[in-house]
Amino acid sequence: MDIFLQQLINGLVLGSVYALVALGYTMVYGILELINFAHGEITMMGAMVALAVIGALAMAAPGLPGVLVLGAGLVVAIPVCMALGLLIERVAYRPLRHAPRLAPLITAIGVSIILQNIAMLVWGKQYIPFPDVLPKGRHEVLGAAITDVQIAILLLTMSIMLMLILVVQKTRLGRAMRATAQSRQVASLMGVDVNRVIASTFVIGSALAAVAGVMVSAYYGLAHYYMGFLLGLKAFSAAVLGGIGNLGGAMLGGLLLGLIESFGAGYIGDLTGGFLGSHYQDVFAFFVLIAVLVFRPSGLLGARVVERA
Amino acid sequence: MTVHTLRWVAVAVAALVAGCGDKPQQNGDNQVVLIGQVSPLTGPQAHLGKDNENGARLALDEINAAGLTLGGKKIVLELKSEDDAADPKTATTVATKLVDEGVAGVIGHLNSGATIPASKIYSDNGIPQISPSATAVAYTASGFKTAYRVMTNDAQQGSVLGTYAVTKLGAKKIAIVDDRTAYGQGLADEVEKAAKAAGGEVVAREYTSDRSTDFMAILTSIKGKAPDLVFFGGMDPQAAPMIKQMKQLGLQAKFLGGDGAQTPKLIELAGADAEGALASNPGLPLDAMPGGSAFKAKFEAKYGKIQNYSPYAYDAMHVLIDAMKRADSSDPAKYLAELPKTDYQGATGRIRFDAKGDITGGAVTLYQVKDGKWQTLETVHSGN
Repeated sequence: MDIFLQQLINGLVLGSVYALVALGYTMVYGILELINFAHGEITMMGAMVALAVIGALAMAAPGLPGVLVLGAGLVVAIPVCMALGLLIERVAYRPLRHAPRLAPLITAIGVSIILQNIAMLVWGKQYIPFPDVLPKGRHEVLGAAITDVQIAILLLTMSIMLMLILVVQKTRLGRAMRATAQSRQVASLMGVDVNRVIASTFVIGSALAAVAGVMVSAYYGLAHYYMGFLLGLKAFSAAVLGGIGNLGGAMLGGLLLGLIESFGAGYIGDLTGGFLGSHYQDVFAFFVLIAVLVFRPSGLLGARVVERA
Repeated sequence: MTVHTLRWVAVAVAALVAGCGDKPQQNGDNQVVLIGQVSPLTGPQAHLGKDNENGARLALDEINAAGLTLGGKKIVLELKSEDDAADPKTATTVATKLVDEGVAGVIGHLNSGATIPASKIYSDNGIPQISPSATAVAYTASGFKTAYRVMTNDAQQGSVLGTYAVTKLGAKKIAIVDDRTAYGQGLADEVEKAAKAAGGEVVAREYTSDRSTDFMAILTSIKGKAPDLVFFGGMDPQAAPMIKQMKQLGLQAKFLGGDGAQTPKLIELAGADAEGALASNPGLPLDAMPGGSAFKAKFEAKYGKIQNYSPYAYDAMHVLIDAMKRADSSDPAKYLAELPKTDYQGATGRIRFDAKGDITGGAVTLYQVKDGKWQTLETVHSGN
């Protein structure tokens, strides 16, 4: 039972990070029907920028409390990633908006390679340690351990997701986003500044990616120029699993993927008597993804809902 | 990419030009014999590559100073040092270049990844090769008669680690994780075999990848089996978060790793959680080598600080020339037959080879993190 609970916690924490990144994919897809493959790299950039700030702060003022240092890292990383998202949209996607759909997909991959290489040139190929500034509290709940960092990740992602839903459902910008998602042409005829709405989507998605990047590097204690690739791939899969283009679907897909991976890796060996080991955890996760897509090609919540944004 | 291609072209052109030179060179009455040395002299491992070159050169200078006569002729040895940039493709290019220049033997390469493809070229041309630092089992497993090494291989290291975990660290229940790379899996398999042979029980065998940073799921599963020790076959970027996550989960087992984990980077990445972690490295620390202090004095007087493998490069050169002396010839076809009979007391210890060209009784040193630093625990010699 304690093992089960522990795997549940592991899966939820992992899944909420996937969900946060998946939201960025799904928002852009909802509006542009474009898969922004550079999104994983924006996450990486967020982690790297925050680490640079945190490293500099930890050097300059070693006495500062950890939460404050981390906050400073976030405060710098979020605008940097927002600007980056804006720039990518302006340079790589907007000029190709009326081109065949394959063209922006290729520039997306190009941008992702460029960002990886920039990060490699600036920060090197080495893994960069996250300074030991965070509180190390652990709590035992029914035999399972949960750390302060894990609790913070869960609370932060939940509140960010709630905020995002509120923005999309209740604000003018959100309404413009939903309108643009339904029909770009009609929305612009109704006076919606489509370019502004699309740019805002990228900015919001990039801000979420920055938060996710900082969380991942704080949680695992390291960052690396290549970290965005795998994270992006998993988050993209989560978005597809939940139904790409659907906000709730991205959240559900992220959490599900985290749980599947966690329980898969944890139990697959014991359940098959050691025949399949934990190296099948990704196989298992993607098997579930394929099975879902066979029966529901548009993902779990991916019916053509009006609210997609 | 372009820099890479350019370097490749440059090396190829250089090889062509050099290949035109006449092979047996005469220097007055003395015959010049060329000995190759290959290691990464550029790139992130350049300091290690230069260290190997200096170790080989130190031995070569000593032999020249003492005077070498083979087949009645006075011999002057000349070192041909090449840069493989730790890259497998470049390694084959420079290996071909050295063969074309007519080297009588090669000390190198430094990395397993570069040594293995180059070893085929030396084998095809019958040029004996002694690597001072390649540890991958595959290097001597190809069955090439020309491939030798003076460094402990991964299988020997794994077998020492498995035995050590059970007999010295008192671990009865052992969990083993590997990163599914040739290195990590090979090491973990050897550890499993040796641990079982020593009477330990392997309670969990889990797998991850060399890109993962999340091990919570497998560690939770491992925790349920209450092992005394967790062995990880892999590199420091995985070992460090694994150690941290063990602490987070409250998994009270010792952590043991191989040479991929025995790095300063591990301590940097795992921070305070690294305290108490154990890991091994093939070979001996300098102060435990029988000829360590003498080597250190000679080396530092000429080249400054020792980086890592230079004592092994130094011994490799001596072993190579020793075989030439016994054959009374620098002809690779003649002295190659003498290499298997090597029994040489070098700076790093007594060097003998088994049938595959591996050093027998290779040394493995165990380290533990204490006060934020790797401290030497002890050196164990492998059984073969």
